[in-house]
Amino acid sequence: MSAVAAVNAAVVAPSRGIGEVILALENISLAFGGVQALADISFDVREHEIRAIIGPNGAGKSSMLNVINGVYHPQQGTIYFKGEKRHRMEPHKVASQGVARTFQNIALFKGMSVLDNLMTGRSLMMKTGILQQALYWGATQREELAHRAKVEEIIDFLEIQSIRKTQVGRLPYGLQKRVELGRALAAEPTLLLLDEPMAGMNVEEKQDMCRFVLDVNGEFGTTIVLIEHDMGVVMDISDRVVVLDYGRKIGDGLPDDVRNNQAVIDAYLGVKH
Amino acid sequence: MGSFIEVVLGGLMAGVLYSLVALGFVLIYKASGVFNFSQGAMVLLAALAFARFSEVMPMPVAFLLAATMMVALAFAVEWLVLRRLVNQDGIVLFLATFGITYFIEGLGPQLFGDNIYRIDLGMPKEPKIILENMFEGGLLINLEDLIAAVVAGLLVAFLALFFQKTATGRALRAVADDHQAAQSVGIPLNRIWVIVWSVSGFVALVAGMIWGSKLGVQFSLVLIALKAIPVVILGGFTSIPGAIVGGLIIGVGEKIAEVYLGPIIGGGIENWFAYMLALVFLLVRPEGLFGERHIDRV
Amino acid sequence: MFYRENGQFKTTYQADQAMLPIAQDRAFMVAVLLVAFVAVPLLADEYLFRAILIPFLILALAALGLNLLVGYCGQISLGTGGFMMVGAYAAYNLALRVPDLNMLVVFILAGLITTVVGMLFGIPSLRIKGLYLAVATLAAQFFLDWLFSRVKWFTHDSSSGSVSAPDLVVFGFKWDAPVEKYLFVLSTVVLFTLIARNLTRSHIGRSWMATRDMDVAAEIIGIRPVYAKLTAFAVSSFFIGIAGALWAFVHLGSWEPLAFDVNRSFSLLFMVIIGGLGSLLGAFLGAAFIVILPLLLNQLPHWLGIPVSTATAAHFESMIFGALIIFFLIVEPHGLARLWAIAKEKLRLWPFPH
Repeated sequence: MSAVAAVNAAVVAPSRGIGEVILALENISLAFGGVQALADISFDVREHEIRAIIGPNGAGKSSMLNVINGVYHPQQGTIYFKGEKRHRMEPHKVASQGVARTFQNIALFKGMSVLDNLMTGRSLMMKTGILQQALYWGATQREELAHRAKVEEIIDFLEIQSIRKTQVGRLPYGLQKRVELGRALAAEPTLLLLDEPMAGMNVEEKQDMCRFVLDVNGEFGTTIVLIEHDMGVVMDISDRVVVLDYGRKIGDGLPDDVRNNQAVIDAYLGVKH
Repeated sequence: MGSFIEVVLGGLMAGVLYSLVALGFVLIYKASGVFNFSQGAMVLLAALAFARFSEVMPMPVAFLLAATMMVALAFAVEWLVLRRLVNQDGIVLFLATFGITYFIEGLGPQLFGDNIYRIDLGMPKEPKIILENMFEGGLLINLEDLIAAVVAGLLVAFLALFFQKTATGRALRAVADDHQAAQSVGIPLNRIWVIVWSVSGFVALVAGMIWGSKLGVQFSLVLIALKAIPVVILGGFTSIPGAIVGGLIIGVGEKIAEVYLGPIIGGGIENWFAYMLALVFLLVRPEGLFGERHIDRV
Repeated sequence: MFYRENGQFKTTYQADQAMLPIAQDRAFMVAVLLVAFVAVPLLADEYLFRAILIPFLILALAALGLNLLVGYCGQISLGTGGFMMVGAYAAYNLALRVPDLNMLVVFILAGLITTVVGMLFGIPSLRIKGLYLAVATLAAQFFLDWLFSRVKWFTHDSSSGSVSAPDLVVFGFKWDAPVEKYLFVLSTVVLFTLIARNLTRSHIGRSWMATRDMDVAAEIIGIRPVYAKLTAFAVSSFFIGIAGALWAFVHLGSWEPLAFDVNRSFSLLFMVIIGGLGSLLGAFLGAAFIVILPLLLNQLPHWLGIPVSTATAAHFESMIFGALIIFFLIVEPHGLARLWAIAKEKLRLWPFPH
């Protein structure tokens, strides 16, 4: 067991039982011009589980998340979310269905404070109109304060109270990643997509992030799909794993099964195809 | 039919002149990623310099002196402005060229005077009548414009070759892509910028001489730059042949719109036709006819 | 020493989200308003009103509107002059053709008409951005220039091409003395500043800033780019249209399309940039800068005792203006507002060095 996992095994919250399939991807194929990013990929994600997507660089992992998100539209294949077939949908529509995500290269709003960034995560729940906002006192103020209270809970959860008014662009990398997680959580999503949440972090920061991910899954029951390169983290916090290589699925199952799969080992060691 | 062809020819000639100015834009954008709003002011400055110098010295000397002045300007711009704004957002550099524009618009008249000056390049001014056997009455064309077209064509060919085939050309294209990356592979940013703005200054001088000879050297030359922006949109910001094609399309389009649409909806269409055409292109094909597509990665 | 937040604890979110959370800022604002509403009318002379204060206030209003669009939402616009023109001519035609219409209603309707036009010309922003959008807005400017010169209906078939505004009569009271005009404009500007502040601290303001900072990510968390961009154009055009109507009715009296040409657009954009993008204070600082600078430059040779011809003065004005723009872009791209914020930071520590 890795050092990270040893610590986390001690503090992990009791998780809910894993439920039914919440997201199903069937025969997804995605191409950009001449490049085949994803080829005939099928897998599913069950409610309340932590599903990891792993694979060498360029395997198509981020593209997979972008497809789930609605940023990319696959040329072939079907997506089922919460039991219903999903038609070609724009990202903001997908967000309204309860999907939130973080990004590989941090997509925070650098000109705004931490608090404002988290508040943008609540955008879909803010209903007052322009005229009410122009007046502010009254309906808009009540709405702002209610959402502020909720956002403060997330700030407590992520332990970022001291930086809530700081402009995000000035924060160190590790904290920015945490704020991005906060913004995703602010939307109270059913499905959370995390794109390399631990990239570029040292051991301590990874421990913290692992703890947060496990807590989100344990306390709020959020289903998590996670792209990650650190094998120790993947093997120890995920319930099931999907392995991609050159846009194809080469492994799918429990962490230990995948770890011993010859095809997966070959992909990582770079055996000639 | 003859008069339609005359209108088209007139438009083509005007188009070539727009292209000359647009060429300066494209050069600087292609090589430094900066959209140089002051190109028009540079044309004015160069024309003023040439006009006044040629009053007191033979034309070739005046030409060399004016060209030297434009090179000095390039050095000044690089040292005072570009060097201090390395790797800033494109829009910041664009706005800086506004500053340069205002500065040149004040400097030019201050150094060389406010009046309208004549440039006499010794080109034939009277229009000639050609093709009398094909069209009734023949076609009226301007030899001056024809010479301008040939000069522009030669310039374009030379510059296109330069960018594609030489090492310096390659370096210029690298700088346009990413200042810091270009620096990190050892491309001397400062020297590149001086080169490119000098070449652009030279193109401005040629454009200034031709426009000045046609219209007289006056402040309104600056406004031609505003016309050249749609040309660059049509042709593509990074394409030298695009500047020519775009210029021709705008030149002809403007003339036709003015002559045939003008009587219907009121004159003065020339003022905005080019921009409306550019707007359509921006919505349908923003990279222009020959430009490169820009893709944003998430 | 004087400017510190020490001891100012906020116990509710409401207090924390107040417009001016720091007590010293509140005191300062009260002082400014007192000076503006009470001291100035008593002490200022007619020249100050006509040449400096009124144009400053109206241009600040336009700059405020433009800042919402460019600074908060990140959509560049070079068509501001054209939109002011729409507001001016809309107000003119309404006042002329609809008898007995309350002046306030005239102005508001003029603003709304400009809103519609602004949204129309804002449609390209859904597909293009940056430099390309700047060019599209230039197209709007030139087209509007042409429209108001050629289409005789707008100028009530005036032969000279210029029109005169009727007197400013609100609630039966004629506001034509300089101090009265000043107070009218001041009240309007204070009201609109309040509105702007409220919008920027609500979710629409955040949606603008999110679109500016990273529009792809904004869309992914549910902020629809169409909504953000078009509302930015709409609100901004409302402000600018009313500023245009005020400029025509209160400042100019009579005007022609040339008063709102592309130079006006550039001048407003510079106000916003020099003042500070994304800052309401910046609109005021920038407007003050642009209004006062030419006056200063004009007076300077006089003070220094150097005789200078008007042509030379104009040339140097242009050169100095250009140099200043470059200077600001190099030294403080975030404008005077940022310099002000830095000064306040230093003031917090004073007299300690750090």
